Amino acid sequence: MSAPIFSNAQTRGFGRFLAVAVPYGWFLVFFLAPFLIVAKISLSTAATAIPPYESLVSWADDGALVLTLHFNNYKLIFSDPVYLIAYASSLRNAAVTVIFTLLLGYPLAYFIASRSAKWRAPLLMLVMMPFWTSFLIRVYAWIGILKPNGVINSALLWLGVIDKPLDILNNQFAVYLGMVYAYLPFMVLPLYAHLEKLDWSLLEAAGDLGARPARVFREVTLPLSMPGIVAGSLLVFIPAVGEYIVPTLLGGPDTLTIGAALWNEFFSNHDWPVASTVAVALVVLLVGPLMALQNYQAKEEQKP
Amino acid sequence: MDVLRDDGLQPWAEKKVAPQLRISNVVKTFDGFTAVDDVSLDIYRGEFFSLLGGSGCGKTTLLRMLAGFEFPDRGAITVDGLDLLKLQPYERPLNMMFQNYALFPHMTVAKNIAFGLRNEGLGPDEVEKRVKKSLELVQLSTFSERKPNQLSGGQRQRVALARALIKRPSVLLLDEPLSALDKKLREATQFELINIQKQVGVTFIMVTHDQDEAMAMSTRIAVMDKGRVVQVGEPREIYEYPRSRFVATFIGSINLLEGPVIDFGADGSRVECAQWGGPVQVAQDLAALASHHVAIGVRPEKIRLARADDSAFAADNIAEGVVKEIAYLGDSMLYRVQLPGGLLVKVAAQNLGVWFAADEPVRIGFDASAGVAIDK
Amino acid sequence: MNAAQSRFLLLAMSLLAIFFLYAPIVSIVIYSFNESQLVTVWSRFSTKWYAALLHDDQILRATRISLEVALLSATGATVLGTFAGYVLSRFGRFPGRTLFSGIVMAPLVMPEIIMGISMLLLFVALEAAIGWPPRDIQTIVMAHITFATAFVAVVVQSRLAEIDVSIEEAAADLGARPLQVFFLVTLPLIAPALVSGFLLAFSLSLDDLVITSFVSGPSSTTLPVVIFSKVRLGLNPEINALGTLIILFVGVIATLATFRTVFADWRGRRKVDAPA
Repeated sequence: MSAPIFSNAQTRGFGRFLAVAVPYGWFLVFFLAPFLIVAKISLSTAATAIPPYESLVSWADDGALVLTLHFNNYKLIFSDPVYLIAYASSLRNAAVTVIFTLLLGYPLAYFIASRSAKWRAPLLMLVMMPFWTSFLIRVYAWIGILKPNGVINSALLWLGVIDKPLDILNNQFAVYLGMVYAYLPFMVLPLYAHLEKLDWSLLEAAGDLGARPARVFREVTLPLSMPGIVAGSLLVFIPAVGEYIVPTLLGGPDTLTIGAALWNEFFSNHDWPVASTVAVALVVLLVGPLMALQNYQAKEEQKP
Repeated sequence: MDVLRDDGLQPWAEKKVAPQLRISNVVKTFDGFTAVDDVSLDIYRGEFFSLLGGSGCGKTTLLRMLAGFEFPDRGAITVDGLDLLKLQPYERPLNMMFQNYALFPHMTVAKNIAFGLRNEGLGPDEVEKRVKKSLELVQLSTFSERKPNQLSGGQRQRVALARALIKRPSVLLLDEPLSALDKKLREATQFELINIQKQVGVTFIMVTHDQDEAMAMSTRIAVMDKGRVVQVGEPREIYEYPRSRFVATFIGSINLLEGPVIDFGADGSRVECAQWGGPVQVAQDLAALASHHVAIGVRPEKIRLARADDSAFAADNIAEGVVKEIAYLGDSMLYRVQLPGGLLVKVAAQNLGVWFAADEPVRIGFDASAGVAIDK
Repeated sequence: MNAAQSRFLLLAMSLLAIFFLYAPIVSIVIYSFNESQLVTVWSRFSTKWYAALLHDDQILRATRISLEVALLSATGATVLGTFAGYVLSRFGRFPGRTLFSGIVMAPLVMPEIIMGISMLLLFVALEAAIGWPPRDIQTIVMAHITFATAFVAVVVQSRLAEIDVSIEEAAADLGARPLQVFFLVTLPLIAPALVSGFLLAFSLSLDDLVITSFVSGPSSTTLPVVIFSKVRLGLNPEINALGTLIILFVGVIATLATFRTVFADWRGRRKVDAPA
């Protein structure tokens, strides 16, 4: 039982208050407040100034305080097909990433979890090592592998399988590949955490009762590891929707994503209000999955 | 078994001294679930008191309220007149031995035991002396520099005991102290715990779900059910005179013969019991329960068994039946005898070389003094 | 499909996944020793790109800034994450707990691009209001602490979940006040998690591009920002050499961080297996 150490109602001393207040305060200021500012600026309009947007409140000539809210930005991102396409393709990228990380990650997590206890930690380390090393460098490495004169094409040409290089870089395929690669560890970890807790005698019991391996998997293993699948999928999906680096490095000229749209509005067009609007829309899109994740974590905590 | 505790200590009967620990009308709820429901108990200095009950009966919650890890919604708890509810866990003059011992895994045995002395302002020599004495008490002197994970279960248990006793608490709380040990070790440790308790003279309050353990070790037992204390008494009293069907069936095995009280008096009463096939005589005066529907509880070992044609067989209550089931337990035999009315009566017979066969017609009987009337 | 076949398939798929994870890393390391300017066309073995790195002032400067930022952020995130993990696993319910766990843990999954823009706008608003903070290392560190804390909190929380609460209760029962319980019992027991949490935060900070791009100023360019500006222009043999060094550096840290627990695990197991 993870009861509080001192549930004694009188033990609410200053130390306890501080332990809550310090991180709470930090995240209110540096995580929650910024969203409100983003929402505020999304209702402004760009200006040639520092910072480059109009204030929402101003003094009119007659001394009245005027609050000006611009909804143009929202109208823009809901009517301009570029944004709609960007949102759709970001969602599609994230969904494809979830599916393939699951297909690749599940057997791997299952394999590690089914080893004897002394092999699990080293194997898990093997999977986590790439996650520790530079994300940027690893994505960059794929360019060298996928290029027309890169590792794959050189090898296939040399083997005579193909007679001209495959077009596998700077297109949607390369984006999928890079995303699956980058997010695989996020899927494997929660899957492993749940499969490791699995009582393997249940599988033996199912087998003993005459179920073939495929049926044991379908009717016992899969349902019992469902929480891990849900957690892994959310942990991959949510950040993948806003992914910027992979599509930028591996995608082609026609690769549109919401991350790139926001980045370009901000850094190239210096249109902070539109960039903020894109961010708000993305957060709204992610509220559902985020709540699902929070609910899931709260449920996990209550488990003994 | 209560011979073990026959040291003439019965302050609860004499009522001459004030109790050391008073629990008064304590209530504790968790999210609307009443874990401890209006519990009052008086516990005297030097007692080995057990809280006995199944899981979820509230015994552990009650113990944790004494230690200070839970806070009651209502009620009062005092030790030697001191209001415990005003004190934090770390200020209370009680110490606890945890179910899984909760030894500090990063400290040696000696450091574990010395931990409680940290804040007592003792010099290092004094601390060392007391730790040494304490290690001797639990016979672990050669293990002082080991870490907990290098000890056996029994050794860990003794470290936990030494650690909890070193501050010389006025009351020691024990949460299922023997549950993590295997059966053989558990029996040996029961005696050891009793001896240590007599040596140090500290009041012990033990939570347990094991009735044999409670019977063997305790001066008194409080039987708990659904958050309430259903009976408090010496082990013999609880076994011989259970006051409710719950206590009667929870402690040991018992046959219940049901029926209305039809006759009563100072020299005995009679209960009309159709299942038995006629009136059952008991030695008690059941005037207070006149015409009540009661159960007569009879322990299996107090029922005797004889061949159907044994004309010398005599008892205050006799019935005829057929042996239905036999269990051979080595030192004794357990029979289930079916009466004509259908009732299955459990009979325990010492293994004296007299055997009864399945489906054999038999006579069973018990004396009036063997039955106890249970109202609730 | 019988049991042997499914076992084989499982092994094959796992090997494929591991190969997939390591292929790019191996290729980077190999090509970093390629003499040719044409990155992917192998000519012959050379260490000249490593030598070139040592003379690239921009990269050296960025490396120093990155290490400084990573050290400060990892320290901050470890302190804050330990608090947060402890509160989440030991304080039970308190008013605002749902929001607390929400805002502490959300950075774990929140797209970096959102955290980047929102924190920049906060810093801009603060600067307009109180003249602080200037956009330099300070803002980068604050931003990195904010996203790395969640990772530390998760590590600390899962370690605390393994520790029986009754060990802390025992300390309180023996007279230790809450702060003493924390420093004498809890902290020593979670120390390995703090080390892993610190190293994780360090490597996350060292690696961050998106958030840093938003909140950094012109004078505080970190290594990933430099790398990104170079690789956007195409392959660059110097980056292969730099990547190899980063992989080596972080790999050593990761190995230290995990191997310690793995080794302790193996040693402990042998002890249990061996008859006493």
